[in-house]
Amino acid sequence: MSARVGQANLRAPGTAAVVFAIAHATFREAARDRVLYLLLAFALAVIGAARFVALLTVGSEVKIVKDLGLAAVSICGALVAVLVGVSLVYKEIERRTVLTLLAQPVRRWQFMLGKYAGLLAVLLLNVIAMASVLAAVVAWKGESPWPLLPAVGLVAVELAIVTSFALLFSSFANPILAAVGTLTVYVAGHLSWSFELLRSRVPAGPARTAARLAHVLLPNLDRLDIKAEAVHGIPLPEGYACAAALYGIGYALVVFLLACLVFERRDFA
Amino acid sequence: MNRPGESPTMATPVSDPPVLLLEGVRKAFRGHLGLGRAVAVDGLSLEVHRGEVFGLLGPNGAGKTTTLKLALGLLRPDRGRVRLFGLPPTEPASRARTGFLPEQPYFYDYLTARELLDFYGRLRGLGRAERQREVGRLLERVGLAGREGLPLRKLSKGTLQRVGIAQALLADPDLVILDEPMSGLDPIGRREVRDLILSLRREGRTVFFSSHILQDAEMLCDRVAILDRGRAVQVGRLAELVGRSVHWFEVTVVGANPEGLPAESVAVSGEETLFRVTGVEELSRLLAAARAGGGQVVSVWPRRQTLEDLFLEKLGREKAGRGTS
Repeated sequence: MSARVGQANLRAPGTAAVVFAIAHATFREAARDRVLYLLLAFALAVIGAARFVALLTVGSEVKIVKDLGLAAVSICGALVAVLVGVSLVYKEIERRTVLTLLAQPVRRWQFMLGKYAGLLAVLLLNVIAMASVLAAVVAWKGESPWPLLPAVGLVAVELAIVTSFALLFSSFANPILAAVGTLTVYVAGHLSWSFELLRSRVPAGPARTAARLAHVLLPNLDRLDIKAEAVHGIPLPEGYACAAALYGIGYALVVFLLACLVFERRDFA
Repeated sequence: MNRPGESPTMATPVSDPPVLLLEGVRKAFRGHLGLGRAVAVDGLSLEVHRGEVFGLLGPNGAGKTTTLKLALGLLRPDRGRVRLFGLPPTEPASRARTGFLPEQPYFYDYLTARELLDFYGRLRGLGRAERQREVGRLLERVGLAGREGLPLRKLSKGTLQRVGIAQALLADPDLVILDEPMSGLDPIGRREVRDLILSLRREGRTVFFSSHILQDAEMLCDRVAILDRGRAVQVGRLAELVGRSVHWFEVTVVGANPEGLPAESVAVSGEETLFRVTGVEELSRLLAAARAGGGQVVSVWPRRQTLEDLFLEKLGREKAGRGTS
């Protein structure tokens, strides 16, 4: 027994194995959430019904199908990220499953990364399912769905940002507060341009500083929104989608690190 | 008696490096809305050594669970030092050879016992074949073989406790930390947990557990610490703390006039009178007088100090000390 107690044979398992195990468990848990299927069904119904809506409105039927379809992918994806994401960490703490989990040779950031990766995998599958149905409908109408791909890709990046905020709020607030916080960021992020406009219109002082801070600190989700360009075939500047994706991934990473920092300092009483 | 805030020295110093060390640890929690601070553990120093069964005893709110969570890095001390296998408990390597059973454990209730153990096995870095072998062995050991396919939400509290024990024993830990392992179990369940702790000791593992059930601690522990309001009021080897010497004799006599006997009666029930005497000479005098007076001695019970006596004495003294200070 004496050899057992020495420090030499104390060995924590590798990060990849730990993160994958937690991500897999998170994926299984999130995939059991009825909200996910409800929103997925709603999004698919919207995409499916888009061609009937198109009959009632003026304009190209395919464009309306694309427009409604991409909006459904984006909004339903964000709702899943918020509604499933905000309870991810909170549930672990509330049900005290976190006690046995963090008593294992697991670092707290590995736990958070596993949670994040698991939910992102669920969201990605969700986006792929919705986008596939949209692509099928567009192809059925005789148009190529491939020009929609960059827009769908940036929707996925946007969801990575929303999920990172859900994880951050979930690590210290209850699901209701976390949902309100995440939705606020989502809405404000899409209105990012308005803070810039506000800054240019208010006189110098605290209001201008606040508007500037909001513009700088909040994610610029408008930058990731190229749905109109994809629907109407408007060309984007070269490298725009890649730059926007890098911005989004970088932003999500910073928020994720912040979530890890908050979780690292937590006590589990 | 130790000064407040200072931990007593151990009854038997042990030369081995401790598996778990707490040095002058303090932990306080903020009250509601961040107002006020409740001190849960106050200047606690403990050493748990290899191969021993160490019991952390105390009434509710004494700081037992907080101490265990500090030992595992689930809580960070405000002051003091915690070392698990010589490392800070926040280091995963220190927990790699430690198993933990929380009080009233909760698990992912949609998983089965086998799936749950497989999940924890993955977190401990076990390969697929190793996990299968280890999970099968543990399910057998805790008596869950045959029930491993049921979702955990369908299992009783006692069965969940077995699942919890199985996960605490995954990957062959050197140190097993159990928070109130007998809590909420029926007598058979308690007996099984006791047997399990004894078998862990036979295997050379270290067991550190909290309990407020003193009989269990008395049967199992090599050493104990009695906590009260976050402070260790007594730490030491059980045999030395409670001693084996007889403190008094309880003698039951029938058919003799109690007033004519050379001892004070403590209880009378019908014809039976219960006497308490200290020392063998006093006992001999009482027995002789009882027989001479026509009485019959029904029983003589040598009363040794129990852990419960020590527990009540220490806590009583602490309370009295607080009352006069």
